Amino acid sequence: MSQTLLLRHREIPDIHKLEVYRQHSGFQAFHKAVTTMQPDEVTEVVKASGLRGRGGAGFPTGMKWSFIDQKSWPHYVVANADESEPGTFKDREIMENNPFQFLEGVAIASYAIKANAAYVYLRGEFWQVARQLDQCIADLENAGLLGENLFGSQYSLRIYTHLGAGAYICGEETAMLESLEGKLGQPRLRPPFPPSFGLYGKPTVVNNVETLTNVPLIIENGAAWYRTFGTEKSTGVKIFSLSGCVNRPGNYELPLGTTFRELIFERGGGISDGRTIKAIMPAGASSSLIIANEAALDTPMDYESVPSVGAQLGSASVIVVDDSVNMAWLIDKTMHFFKHESCGKCTPCREGTFWMMHLTERINGGKASWDDVELLREVASQVRGKCLCALGEFSIEAVLSGIERFKQDFEERVGETANQRVNESASQRVSE
Amino acid sequence: MNALAEKYPKEIEKILGKYPPDQKRSAVMPLLFLAQRELGYVTKQAMSEIAEIIDVSPTEVASIVGFYSLYYDEPAGKYRIQVCTDLPCALRGAEQFLEKLCENLGIKVGETTPDGLITVERVMCLAGCDKAPMFQVQGSEGLTYHENQTAESVQALIESLRNKDGRA
Repeated sequence: MSQTLLLRHREIPDIHKLEVYRQHSGFQAFHKAVTTMQPDEVTEVVKASGLRGRGGAGFPTGMKWSFIDQKSWPHYVVANADESEPGTFKDREIMENNPFQFLEGVAIASYAIKANAAYVYLRGEFWQVARQLDQCIADLENAGLLGENLFGSQYSLRIYTHLGAGAYICGEETAMLESLEGKLGQPRLRPPFPPSFGLYGKPTVVNNVETLTNVPLIIENGAAWYRTFGTEKSTGVKIFSLSGCVNRPGNYELPLGTTFRELIFERGGGISDGRTIKAIMPAGASSSLIIANEAALDTPMDYESVPSVGAQLGSASVIVVDDSVNMAWLIDKTMHFFKHESCGKCTPCREGTFWMMHLTERINGGKASWDDVELLREVASQVRGKCLCALGEFSIEAVLSGIERFKQDFEERVGETANQRVNESASQRVSE
Repeated sequence: MNALAEKYPKEIEKILGKYPPDQKRSAVMPLLFLAQRELGYVTKQAMSEIAEIIDVSPTEVASIVGFYSLYYDEPAGKYRIQVCTDLPCALRGAEQFLEKLCENLGIKVGETTPDGLITVERVMCLAGCDKAPMFQVQGSEGLTYHENQTAESVQALIESLRNKDGRA
């Protein structure tokens, strides 16, 4: 057995060629599924493997498949290749270097939910990746691995690529479906969820690229084998995208439950320029800021443990921040991103990100007082729980955790401490 | 007369073939990329032609152009150099890289070089965080990524674009 399950091109450099992929048992899992298993059995194996969505939400994959409405037809699979979270660059590496394993995962998922058409929705910037995938799909059709009556069965499948055009929000599954239908990429009110009302109003499963790339090996080797990786509740391996102030940024495929310390210091070679680690964002720009103390560094990176240090694992895009960075600058960066990417549908997110961006600009620019920091905290708190999707919600994570956990950074920027302000206000009230 | 349909009959057929026959609207995004290929932006005329092909109103096509950041309704330089300055890239010197690039070209972010060849823009995360500074180049040949860049490497790229265009 090779060392990697997903980034297999690092051991088998030519795995992006169909004949090489097939030499390494490529498409045997799809063959096995179509010729020897019922669709429901495939879903059961994936359920038993404990595989959870790798796009950020961590929802159990097999369970999602089992929700598909069997009374409404046709069914669709949509592969989420919109990878746009700042700090995330794993799906691109998979699609560029191990594309057939990903496409086999799409094929198996399609068989499991009895879909005869699947779409790979790529962010528009992945234009070159899409061209390469189109060629892979053509290779598969020529080899009889996609198309009509596969392996002599009644089952037929086509896979199509679809390019987005630069909108982070389309990574949200219902916005992605709207976009694929040729509309503005804006999230839908849920329920109904995609497994009952998805693409063109039909039952649809939307899965992340990395999630799907796990599937062929699970079908080939079984659920029990997959559970030998990771922890009891967070099974399997995960690709951690490591970026920011580290010596060796890049993708690292590790079992879930690996500690931050191992990723950042052993794999990533520690902090660049001999500096000291200050904070970690484990889920990209959507993440809370964790104070990088010893306890945090020893925390296992899995869905259950990361919340104990006040953040989420998300898509495991670990951004490392060193001690030269002021968090007022950092949240100004992330707020510009969210303000740009807010789709405009929900007022708290559209207006909130706009307002917060103006505040972070003023604070970071040294033109604010502590009252502005309090106002920022207030606006951020008002966004929580009031939007259709998670974008608005995510935009405030770094803001609130930043102000709470790195208060002195903000005090430094505004040139006064929070206590001074409180005392001044109190004395003002007294004199009034 | 639908100039787009006349110019790219095969491409349009292929695009429409990806979606169910009663869901032609899904083709709006690939058709916009097709219409944008030559001039680097989508003309009002092209929007109307796309609307006709997929049977929606020109306003609906225009709304798609407005919503998505990779579509343009105004001309710019022949090549758009779009530098990511989001958080992970900024932690690895992307801001200084962009500043230097603009300084070398003698333009500000968002401006186009006087010869009309290059527009420099700041964009959001491009999923190349581990290889910053990085940027993408959009031109009539498509969209390409350039990673682990320096002030020198981008200057060399610009020279090659100038040579290719006969503007050296």
